[in-house]
Amino acid sequence: MNPWPFVVAAYAVAVGLTGALLLWAFASMRRAEAAADALKRK
Amino acid sequence: MHALANPARFLRIARPATTWLLLVGLVLAIAGMAAGLVFTPPDYLQGDTVRIMYIHVPSAWLGMAGWAGIAAASVSQLVWRHPLAAVAGRAVAPAGATFAAICLITGSIWGRPTWGTWWEWDGRLTSMLVLFFLYLGYIALGSAERERGGEGRITAIYGLVGAINLPIIHYSVLWWRTLHQGESIGLTRSTIDNSILWPLPLTMIGFTCLFIAAALMRMRAELAEAKVEARMRRMGAQ
Repeated sequence: MNPWPFVVAAYAVAVGLTGALLLWAFASMRRAEAAADALKRK
Repeated sequence: MHALANPARFLRIARPATTWLLLVGLVLAIAGMAAGLVFTPPDYLQGDTVRIMYIHVPSAWLGMAGWAGIAAASVSQLVWRHPLAAVAGRAVAPAGATFAAICLITGSIWGRPTWGTWWEWDGRLTSMLVLFFLYLGYIALGSAERERGGEGRITAIYGLVGAINLPIIHYSVLWWRTLHQGESIGLTRSTIDNSILWPLPLTMIGFTCLFIAAALMRMRAELAEAKVEARMRRMGAQ
């Protein structure tokens, strides 16, 4: 059995899910901090 | 811990720390994964499938460390009423759930060519799956309690009770006859040859930095949302 498709799939899952977690955390932080700053300026 | 009880002081440290942890984490994780894919030899028994270890082991460690962090935050909240403890617990949970999921999926992918099966209901795999479901329950309970305006005490108690699963995961390979291999990496010794082992610390530290960065970003988001909600309430009362 060729192991490389399994290795590539495992790395794709790890990179994809970690990337999605970081992007979601970053986007929610930027959105919330921008809303707080906008309210402070009012 | 208590020095960070003031949210303003916490944010002064968290803002630069987030950037640095993201940078260091990305560099180390990418370097470790590249080294694990290209610069290490295949194992004499497992062949190239051993390369999955460089992502599977850090995700298993972070899945468990995340819940240890939740348990510590729960103690801090219930005993010392630390004002940021509930926020920290809720911020750690999505990252912990993500890495528990990565651990389960990559382990399953490794199991197919190595054991000949995608899944086996043995002690280690089952207790790790239980941890993933515990995370989902914690996230649901935390957000429900927050929406109701509660202090998060029920969530904190749930976080403490769930910590019982951590020693079960750790000792499962010793307590039960299991398909999962026994402990191959300890604090002082390893049964893995150094020619294969050396990229593992890079991915361990790299993914840990990314985990903490994700948790800090969620904490910053929750603190900003709380600030907006408090301001809106004040404006509504006027």
